[in-house]
Amino acid sequence: MDILIDKTVCIGAGQCALTAPDVFTQDDDGFSELLPGREDGAGSPLVREAARACPVSAIKVAP
Amino acid sequence: MEIGNPIPVACEAPMTEAVAFPQDRTCPYHPPTAYRPLRESRPLSRVTLYDGRSVWVVTGHATARRLLSDQRLSTDSTNAAFPLPTERFAAVRSRRRAALLGVDDPEHNAQRRMLIPSFTLKRTADLRPRIRRTVDELIDAMVEQGPPAELVSAFALPVPSIVICDLLGVPYADHHFFEEQSRRLLRGPAAEDIEDAREQLEGYLGDLVERKRDKPGEGVIDDLVAQQLAHGRLDKQELIAMATILLVAGHETTANMISLGTFTLLQHPEQWAELKADPELMPAAVEELLRFLSIADGMLRVATEDIETDGVTIRADEGVIFSTSVINRDTSAYPEPDRLDWHRSARHHVAFGFGIHQCLGQNLARAEMEIALGTLFERLPGLRLAAPPEEIPFKPGDTIQGMLELPVAW
Repeated sequence: MDILIDKTVCIGAGQCALTAPDVFTQDDDGFSELLPGREDGAGSPLVREAARACPVSAIKVAP
Repeated sequence: MEIGNPIPVACEAPMTEAVAFPQDRTCPYHPPTAYRPLRESRPLSRVTLYDGRSVWVVTGHATARRLLSDQRLSTDSTNAAFPLPTERFAAVRSRRRAALLGVDDPEHNAQRRMLIPSFTLKRTADLRPRIRRTVDELIDAMVEQGPPAELVSAFALPVPSIVICDLLGVPYADHHFFEEQSRRLLRGPAAEDIEDAREQLEGYLGDLVERKRDKPGEGVIDDLVAQQLAHGRLDKQELIAMATILLVAGHETTANMISLGTFTLLQHPEQWAELKADPELMPAAVEELLRFLSIADGMLRVATEDIETDGVTIRADEGVIFSTSVINRDTSAYPEPDRLDWHRSARHHVAFGFGIHQCLGQNLARAEMEIALGTLFERLPGLRLAAPPEEIPFKPGDTIQGMLELPVAW
């Protein structure tokens, strides 16, 4: 699974990290980032939910 | 009030007659019964404001998420076409120097980015022990003096008020002053109240900024002074406008969720018992309460361009209102939406809004609600209303929803 985060769009709401804390976190500036070793989503069923929870659609998931 | 029952169905209203907006709730935790026609004409319809103006009201969940993300809808309340819900807000519209809500991108984005690091999940998690201590101290004081107690003034208001003071670097000793000004700002009753309350708050925060320039302390306002104001990335008026919205929104909204959340739980004994038996349900319960109560019911926007949606055209300069209480009870998103259910997925509700203006403090609010409600019921398991529910006053429909008073015993 490819997960793309657009940090220029991210507003640091933290909804991705709240929804799928095993995959997403927030960097020191508060922007979304993927946890080391979890860049492919680690098979988490919550990745798509996390993308949907993003208020500004900053997360794209493929396929 | 019947416990847990759906809202009574109002008589059929002819679709040609637009519903007035906003209206008072008939039950503090259900959308106004007068909004029934809006629930039946999703995803959007027309409502009439106090001045007779007709505007769009968005009521469908998918449409709301799409339009709240649409930057052709502006939050600029100085725009002459901006829909204002009451006469008192209309009277003070043009004098307003806004920050965050009321400002569009790119200005909004620059302001928000200065604040994001202070409201992350990690920063919020760090505040949890402090929140728990505050909650425990307030319950200690209630137990020492009571029962009974008036829960809004003894608990629901001071919890978020103390926490936001700590976070922002505002002296809590001044809480009577800013709580009273916040009340006037949000509820009037007159236009003069809003204007005067804003001036007083801005004067107070302006003095605070000057003191922090001389003697920096720890807090979000201190950081803004040292890192943004001192480097010319923010002017003083803008900083004061930001501090005002953070202080007001930081305590009023959560206070309402705690008071109304407690009332709602006491009126839903089955759900309360379930929560007591399994405190792990608390995060899900908070999410469901956010959906169910939708206290900020009426998010305001104005279209800056024509927008095609759901077979209609929202014209430029038309007002658009998002009724979160109706949106969050859309049956296509939430089966049996009038039922309070900890086991549903309440995720994706729009109680905090959606799009670029989604609540900056939402993670802090969640932590405060979890700890405040969880600890209250853990320490006072016999908590009950100390007055008949129908006699307990709650807020009118033209402001953030919540209890005006909440007499309790245990």
